[in-house]
Amino acid sequence: MAANERPFPPGDYPVVIVGSGPGGLQASHCLARLGVEHAVISQDDSPGGMFCRCPIYQRLLSWSKPDAPAEPGTRAYEWYDHNSLVSDDPRHQALVPTFMDRAYMVPSREAMERGLATFARQVPVPVRYGCRWESTRREDDGRLVLATSDGEYRAQAAVFAIGVTTPWFSPIPGIESVPHYVDTRAPSDYRGQRVFVIGKRNSGFEIADGLLPWARQVILGSPRPVQTDVIAQASVRVRYLQPFEDASLGGGTLALDLAVERIERLERGWRVVGAGTTQPGPVDLEVDEVIAATGFSTPLLDLGDLGVRTVAQGRIPALTPFWESEAGSGIFFAGNATQGAPGLRKQGVGSASPAVHGFRYNARVMARHLAGTKLGLDVPAEHVEGDPVPYLLEEVTTAPELWTQKSYLARAVSADGEADIVPLAHFLDTTGPDAVAIAVEMDAAGATYPAVYVRRGNNVRERLLPPHLLNDFRGPEHERELRAVL
Amino acid sequence: MTDARDELVRSLAGLALFADLRDPDLWAIADPENERLFGEGERVLRRSLSGGGFFVILDGEAAVEIPDGEPRRLRRGDFFGEVSTLLACKPTADVVAYTALHTLEIPGPQLEELLLQYPQVTYRMLQTMARRIRDLLQ
Repeated sequence: MAANERPFPPGDYPVVIVGSGPGGLQASHCLARLGVEHAVISQDDSPGGMFCRCPIYQRLLSWSKPDAPAEPGTRAYEWYDHNSLVSDDPRHQALVPTFMDRAYMVPSREAMERGLATFARQVPVPVRYGCRWESTRREDDGRLVLATSDGEYRAQAAVFAIGVTTPWFSPIPGIESVPHYVDTRAPSDYRGQRVFVIGKRNSGFEIADGLLPWARQVILGSPRPVQTDVIAQASVRVRYLQPFEDASLGGGTLALDLAVERIERLERGWRVVGAGTTQPGPVDLEVDEVIAATGFSTPLLDLGDLGVRTVAQGRIPALTPFWESEAGSGIFFAGNATQGAPGLRKQGVGSASPAVHGFRYNARVMARHLAGTKLGLDVPAEHVEGDPVPYLLEEVTTAPELWTQKSYLARAVSADGEADIVPLAHFLDTTGPDAVAIAVEMDAAGATYPAVYVRRGNNVRERLLPPHLLNDFRGPEHERELRAVL
Repeated sequence: MTDARDELVRSLAGLALFADLRDPDLWAIADPENERLFGEGERVLRRSLSGGGFFVILDGEAAVEIPDGEPRRLRRGDFFGEVSTLLACKPTADVVAYTALHTLEIPGPQLEELLLQYPQVTYRMLQTMARRIRDLLQ
């Protein structure tokens, strides 16, 4: 193909992927490794998706450790690198840390973008850039038709890696004139100002953290309290805890549990009116600036007409455990929209699907499922010869898939030794040959332990194994317990 | 906050369990990330599986499938999962979406916090549980 020739002209393909962010790149690579022919289209001009623009203040909150106890390029190293895409080819692994300046344990936005661009170039992941998906329909034979700015694509299945990227505003009267997070200006522009940030999630605290050295006062407000005890142990602490420390030191930051009732534009500044939630009482504030850090939604266009339902106030597609809009629809999602499959949420622990380190594994599992069920391909499986106990304990101790997607992904081994990583909900809710699945789970106090599920006939039994001080479950105690279960 | 501007809050406000709460309280409870949709036939709560949550039905119907018993139907406003959550034990029945089902899930560890913070919800829940016991005894 000539250098200036764009790949994937409109036409018929087994699968079409929409999007060239990390979700699209990972899904394409995983399908390609299975030999699945597919097209990738993107409205952007280059790979990277949202990471070409966000975070606004340029520093991610997910960690990558350039030097770690494992060698870059290995599966074990994925534990320490939550930002790179994954591959079974070591040359394409661990790319983001190579661009990190080591000033922080988290990469800059630019390092992340360069890591993704390098992955796309060297794998390579061909993409038809500048091709905008515009509408969708289903033909009588069940095939999907994606109308784009370049023409129509027909496919048996489509993978929408379109992110959660459309600025979303909570339904507050007056918010329509408030700038969204994506329109936040340089921190120095807020010097000496009193700034109200609507929202106490990642983007709200990113802004608060960025404005701390400049603004006179930063006030964050949203109805639900921040679970500081949970955040203290999560990667988002990088962003959350500094503004909270500032608040405790009397530094001017306030994090209010507040239902904002309306926002009024004043001659100079804004008026924010609301009511306290966890502590009742009226709130009436005059501030210089208001920023809506109210999140994003998935740009689903007309997919609702094809039966794609949504959750979270219509912002996220509701998905099956294999990230399909509904079983058999052929409409799959990759990237952070896969958070629409909540999994079991045992003990309230959610999946890591909103972040790269979670959804990169979702893409691999989804690709195998799609290839096998939609295209009828024979997807090769791993085989465990002989005793499965050491294998299962090794996996539950070291598998990055299980540790990042706690109680979502499980390593399953059937009685004939066939092994695969599958969504735990799928393993529990489908009949199949006798098999065992093992997952990493966490209780409300933060203790981590293996959970074993044994399927015999149509019944599944759960057994929780004890935690281990060093999270090493390969010793005699766990071996004995697992053998007893099996 | 009288304008109808948030479906989840409005939906909760219409349920007996939350009838005594102020709008700001409902905003605090109505976390969109806890909104769950289930397809017909999909399992919501699994018998003998630990760590499940507490569910309130916003729309649709669910069936409680008790081994060797008649399935019991649950509808909008009904809740389930409270016994296993409060006692930290495994559910004794499957709960399956009988139709497309829309729920709010309060994850197990958050239910205690909710009940302690909003005694009106606790009282309403106790009333419902008392009715269930009465019905069983009759």
